[in-house]
Amino acid sequence: MGFYDLSTPFIYVLFLLLLPFGIPNILLYLLAFGTGLTLDTFYDTMGVHATACVVLAFVRISFISISLNKDAIDDPEPSLGYMGFQWFALYAFLCVITHHFVLFFLETFRLTEIGYTLMRCGLSCIFTLLLILLIEFIFYKRTSR
Amino acid sequence: MRNLWIFISRYNAFFLFFIFFLIGIYLTIKNNAYQRSATLNSTNEVVGTAYERLNVFKRYLNLGVVNDSLAAENAKLKTKLLALTTVDSTKEVQFIDTVTNQQYTYLAAKVVKNSITLRNNVMTINKGTIDGIEIGMAVISPQKGVVGFIRDVSTHLATIQSLLHKDTKISVVIKKDNALGSLVWGDNNFDIRKAFIKEVPNHIKMSIGDTVVTSGFAKFPAGILVGKLTKTNIATNDNFLSAELSLFNDFGTLQYVYVIKDKLAKEQELLENPVKPK
Repeated sequence: MGFYDLSTPFIYVLFLLLLPFGIPNILLYLLAFGTGLTLDTFYDTMGVHATACVVLAFVRISFISISLNKDAIDDPEPSLGYMGFQWFALYAFLCVITHHFVLFFLETFRLTEIGYTLMRCGLSCIFTLLLILLIEFIFYKRTSR
Repeated sequence: MRNLWIFISRYNAFFLFFIFFLIGIYLTIKNNAYQRSATLNSTNEVVGTAYERLNVFKRYLNLGVVNDSLAAENAKLKTKLLALTTVDSTKEVQFIDTVTNQQYTYLAAKVVKNSITLRNNVMTINKGTIDGIEIGMAVISPQKGVVGFIRDVSTHLATIQSLLHKDTKISVVIKKDNALGSLVWGDNNFDIRKAFIKEVPNHIKMSIGDTVVTSGFAKFPAGILVGKLTKTNIATNDNFLSAELSLFNDFGTLQYVYVIKDKLAKEQELLENPVKPK
């Protein structure tokens, strides 16, 4: 089965995932937008990655504010080492899947090829997640929790 | 007001998201050709059909004017016919097969949407790829001059970038002495009855009332009426002359146009801009 052309990992989202907890929202959005625009310049898809990154930033903020008590956060950043596998996996999964969903739909920009788009989205999402977890395990820093 | 501010700053994550998201979508649509054509566009079937329906009423209201213009055109054609039939047919003439060698053919189309108030005006007609329309074809109005170029085509509709657009330049000549210039609209003048002829060589003597026609160099057949000069020798800071002219064509009441199919357009294009070998 040729799934090679369907799945593209976008590992750069890890940068946005690992930004520290204390970062102000406006800065987070600006960084996300800037990262996306940089990608867009090289992929020649002006605006597509930027939009997807902004959506990712929104999901990140929402998920953190729902799952964690804002005053009780004493960890510096939401990485695998600090937050544990379960929390981090869910966090990364939600962020990555919304990012990829927006990304692929903006890229295709039509609903007639929805099956193909969803397949591309799902497979890329799995690939990206695997790579993100792999990287996190390589740079795993066990803290005394 | 204070409460509103508190509300916004409390949910700043959402509002910031909204702002950035809109910017992102805007950039996507603005800068990607496919995305732009898939969104709001008057070649879009839905919008096009709506305009077509609306146009039925407008057409009815303007029947009188259209009748008059058709009658005038009929008269003109009949005069030409008269000239053809009164040729002495006993004299031997060289026979030229004008049917198969004809370079230009006209295709009548109805205007379903027209704009004249914008800086860059575009109109929509009810003929598309199914009728053989291609991007770049020239469009004229039935008897009174140039209209513009085809800019976008869908199956049943096409948009025209009219002369009233900043990117439209049409090669024209002053009929009296064949002096070449280019016709533009805009440049601090947004009157739909006026346009400018630019880049006329310096030694040409223009006078008010001279007729301007198309040159036949690009897309338009030669000799299609454009307008009459109303103001000559406008000072410019380049080494060419400019003049103002009043257009014969009234863009405001345009209902039918002719799209000109140029049989040799592709060949000319290929010859003038050959594909460079890599």
